[in-house]
Amino acid sequence: MSLFIIVALPFLGALLPGLMNQAGRAACAGVTFTVSLAAFIGLLTNLPAVLAGDVVMARVDWMPTLGLNFTLMLDGLGFFFALLILGIGLLIIAYARHYLSRNDNMGEFFTYLLLFQGAMVGIVLSDNILLLLVFWELTSLSSFLLIGYWKHLPEGRQGARMALTVTGMGGLAMIGGMLILGQIAGSYDLSVILQNRELIQADPLYLPALILILLGCFTKSAQFPFHFWLPHAMAAPTPVSAYLHSATMVKAGIFLMARMWPVLSGTPEWFVIVTTAGLVTMVLGAVIALFKHDLKALLAFSTVSHLGLITMLLGTGTAFGAMAAMFHILNHATFKAALFMSAGIVDHEAHTRDIRRLGGLRSLMPITFTIATLAALSMAGIPLLNGFLSKEMMLEEATHTVLFGSPWLVPALATFGSLFSAAYCFRLIGHTFLGPVRDDYPAKPHDPGAGLWLPPAFLVTLVVVIGVAPFLAEPFVKLVTASVLGDAAEVPKAYFKIWHGLVPALFMSIAAVVGGLLMMAIFNPALRLWDATPRPEAKTIFEAIVEAAAALAQRIILPLHNGSFTRYAAVGTVAIVGAGFYAWTTGTVGAPTRAIQPAGVVPVVGWALLVAATVALLFLHRNRFLALILIGIVGLMVSIGFVFFSAPDLAMTQFTVEVVTIILLLLALNFLPNSTPVESSVLRRVRDVTAAVAGGLATFALAFHYLLRDAVDTPISEFHLANSYKGGGGTNVVNVILVDFRGFDTYGEIIVLGIAALLIYALTETLLDGPVRARLLNRIPDQPRAGDMHPMMMVVLTRVIMPVVLMVGFYIFLRGHNEPGGGFIAGLIVSIGVVMQYMASGFSWASARLKYPYHGVIGAGVLVAGFTGIGSWFVSKPFLTSDFTYVRIPPFNEFELATAALFDVGVFLAVVGAVMLSLESFSRLARRAHTDDPDHPMDIDPSRNEDTTPDDAAKEGV
Amino acid sequence: MELLVASAIGILTAAGIYLMLRLRTFPVILGISLLTYAVNVFLFASGRLTVGAPPVLRDDMTVYADPLPQALVLTAIVISFGMTAVVVMIGLGAFLGSNDDHVDDQPAGSEDRT
Repeated sequence: MSLFIIVALPFLGALLPGLMNQAGRAACAGVTFTVSLAAFIGLLTNLPAVLAGDVVMARVDWMPTLGLNFTLMLDGLGFFFALLILGIGLLIIAYARHYLSRNDNMGEFFTYLLLFQGAMVGIVLSDNILLLLVFWELTSLSSFLLIGYWKHLPEGRQGARMALTVTGMGGLAMIGGMLILGQIAGSYDLSVILQNRELIQADPLYLPALILILLGCFTKSAQFPFHFWLPHAMAAPTPVSAYLHSATMVKAGIFLMARMWPVLSGTPEWFVIVTTAGLVTMVLGAVIALFKHDLKALLAFSTVSHLGLITMLLGTGTAFGAMAAMFHILNHATFKAALFMSAGIVDHEAHTRDIRRLGGLRSLMPITFTIATLAALSMAGIPLLNGFLSKEMMLEEATHTVLFGSPWLVPALATFGSLFSAAYCFRLIGHTFLGPVRDDYPAKPHDPGAGLWLPPAFLVTLVVVIGVAPFLAEPFVKLVTASVLGDAAEVPKAYFKIWHGLVPALFMSIAAVVGGLLMMAIFNPALRLWDATPRPEAKTIFEAIVEAAAALAQRIILPLHNGSFTRYAAVGTVAIVGAGFYAWTTGTVGAPTRAIQPAGVVPVVGWALLVAATVALLFLHRNRFLALILIGIVGLMVSIGFVFFSAPDLAMTQFTVEVVTIILLLLALNFLPNSTPVESSVLRRVRDVTAAVAGGLATFALAFHYLLRDAVDTPISEFHLANSYKGGGGTNVVNVILVDFRGFDTYGEIIVLGIAALLIYALTETLLDGPVRARLLNRIPDQPRAGDMHPMMMVVLTRVIMPVVLMVGFYIFLRGHNEPGGGFIAGLIVSIGVVMQYMASGFSWASARLKYPYHGVIGAGVLVAGFTGIGSWFVSKPFLTSDFTYVRIPPFNEFELATAALFDVGVFLAVVGAVMLSLESFSRLARRAHTDDPDHPMDIDPSRNEDTTPDDAAKEGV
Repeated sequence: MELLVASAIGILTAAGIYLMLRLRTFPVILGISLLTYAVNVFLFASGRLTVGAPPVLRDDMTVYADPLPQALVLTAIVISFGMTAVVVMIGLGAFLGSNDDHVDDQPAGSEDRT
């Protein structure tokens, strides 16, 4: 299967769980499982090629000028990680199906999970490092959604935010590092970068690039001092923790270090930074883990510790170290995922993860006990389990590593870390499962159904099989190691076996296990000592830093942004006029090239009306209804101006938009005060008049200047005029530009319009859900309401006229390509027709007769336009290439069929939907205010006279 | 005629800026609407002024008005409706929520919530 499909499948599949939510939990999990399985099988189809040592490539140029191409690559390393991501992903999906409770929105969960899975697969298959960065950021974002999945838990939200902040900042650093690396190598393709080891390591920018990239890796893989986000991310549901922290998210940093190993490793800088960070993380994580009482926190710190171990192995820069790292990634993924799932089972059945409240579960939960014990013993490094093998290799590597000139430092610390590692594994087994059965569990623990224990059982089987027969895993691990090493080193010859003879690593292993047992014996005094020792709390430090940054930002921003819109607008106006003035005085002004056209009586009258209305508006704007009439006159005169200056399409658009705008403002005025009080001081008004006059003079001067001069270069309009009929098949050039030449712009614009309408809808919903609702319900209209809410004349007239309006709209639409008209104008006309029904017959009457929700109409419009554009792909033309032909169906005359007309249908639908959704939202507020709006039109409101209070009666002079 | 159009643009702009600097939402919305007219006419006028020659191809015509600014302004008009509607909705929501239609944040203490 093509690599593109493997990466795309989880992303496309992410659309499905949400849709299947209604169909039930099994369907929801089933579809997610199927999608992952398809990707998994697709990956396996590439196995023969990978085994043969080939590198499978897939490439599509995306933005070649930036060096950003959609290039995917599958080699042994990528295959290994993709296998872990998809394979463990399948087990997690099966487990989550039974783990999540009925209150959890399963569709949402699986959508996030698939998004995350897709992003992870994208990382490990990317060949282009810029593409890799895109996927890298996607994992940060999707893991944020997963960790914060239980939105009602404050820990979940805080943990998610912390994870996003830390990994996001690391991601930013990494972008810098990757850009430097790409500049040095002259290409952003990994396959090229990996060939340029000498060039990159000799470059003076090697160290900055290394540090920036390692910042990204260390934050993602929770290396000291960035390790603190990982334990806080444990507030996520257990399937998420099991997935993110065993096989995927935290392994992304490790993956990248392995991927970059051939070019970045082997230098003293790499060795010191990576080995030290890994070693410190390993020891620190192990020590903290021992003293954690929450099962998941213990596992979280053990994950930190093991990630440190792998990092340290990669840091040594030897081929053997890399091989041990790869082997340990495999082993860690299997036993840690199994342990997380077991912890989830305990939590699920006993309703607590606190080790102090557990114990004695061995006889109550025998299956879980077996699974967890085998996995934990493997983590402790007990022979015949897979953890032993890679830990032995790690200790072996440690004995050969000399850090800071001391041959003892690394081996001693590695043994020390292993000792604590063994101790917390023993504690996990001993304090959870062994010991006497208690009678104070929060719930009665018992083994869960097979759905929960089968996935971890499968993993534990792998733990045992690899542990007993390591030679089964050996060829695969060596294959992966070969692709990590590239041309930089040879794959070590060492065989994977349980017994190596009496080597130092064996004694270190024995010391660790015996020490771990001893540690358990003195656990209680050690815990008291630990609790008594003051330690810096990472979360507090993190929060202090975040708060300090926020305070600093506030100190800078608040004086500038003081919440006064008026001030921003005034500053903006003056700045723009100032910039224009500067340009005017410093540039050269050419002589006029166009003659002034004489103005007849009609234009002068139109101008006078426009100016009179504008000036009147300035003086009378406090009376808001009058202001609406005046601005209507302004709009009308602008429309007429468009007619006069040869722009019939614009005139029709302006005119219809004017109508809906006035209706909209009237609806708003229903709630707003009817007049504007006098508030601003004279000084302030003088200031505003000055700014206004300056702005007016500037635009006047600019407009007058260019109206008298021809364009400096030949405008591209000539091309449009010349090709409108030949290429676009239409004689109305404006319409052909809209639906054909610049169809992509129009496509974007109808989307913007749709978003604006949805925004209005969302705002209305929010308002109606909040305290505003009560206020609207109790609101007393400030004007006496009409006695006949639905005047009979208007109802009859609007209903009779409706078909005519639709007909006109249809006609305007059809003629659009050749005569003034088109989708925009037709959409506005039809909207006005529908709005008239609302106005005359009432909201309830109109919406009861509405078959399609307006959101759907907007969506349909955008989809129709989009699919019309995509249609041209099928004939190998770019998006939105248009075509037209002439057909003749007797008895009609010959007429034209154009794909542009179909696009215009999309425009039409989007405009109708957007206009109607906006107006409908406004009138929904009104409806909330007067709930007595009956479903029956043409009625006389009898309540009017009854409701007349003495006060009102007195006013009306009754 | 050029003088008429240019001065109309200038007057619309000036009135728009003045109203935009008022303190209540409704006049600000009116001001933005006037500015929209001014900007649309300004953009339209960048195709220079042509009388009696709409850009609809005819066999007996050789000179047409510039179609490109017209197409751009057409979508701008429709979009400006969407933006006006959003701004009105925000203003309305703010007023319904706080019973106050000032556009500026009111300093604490001077709140007049009746």
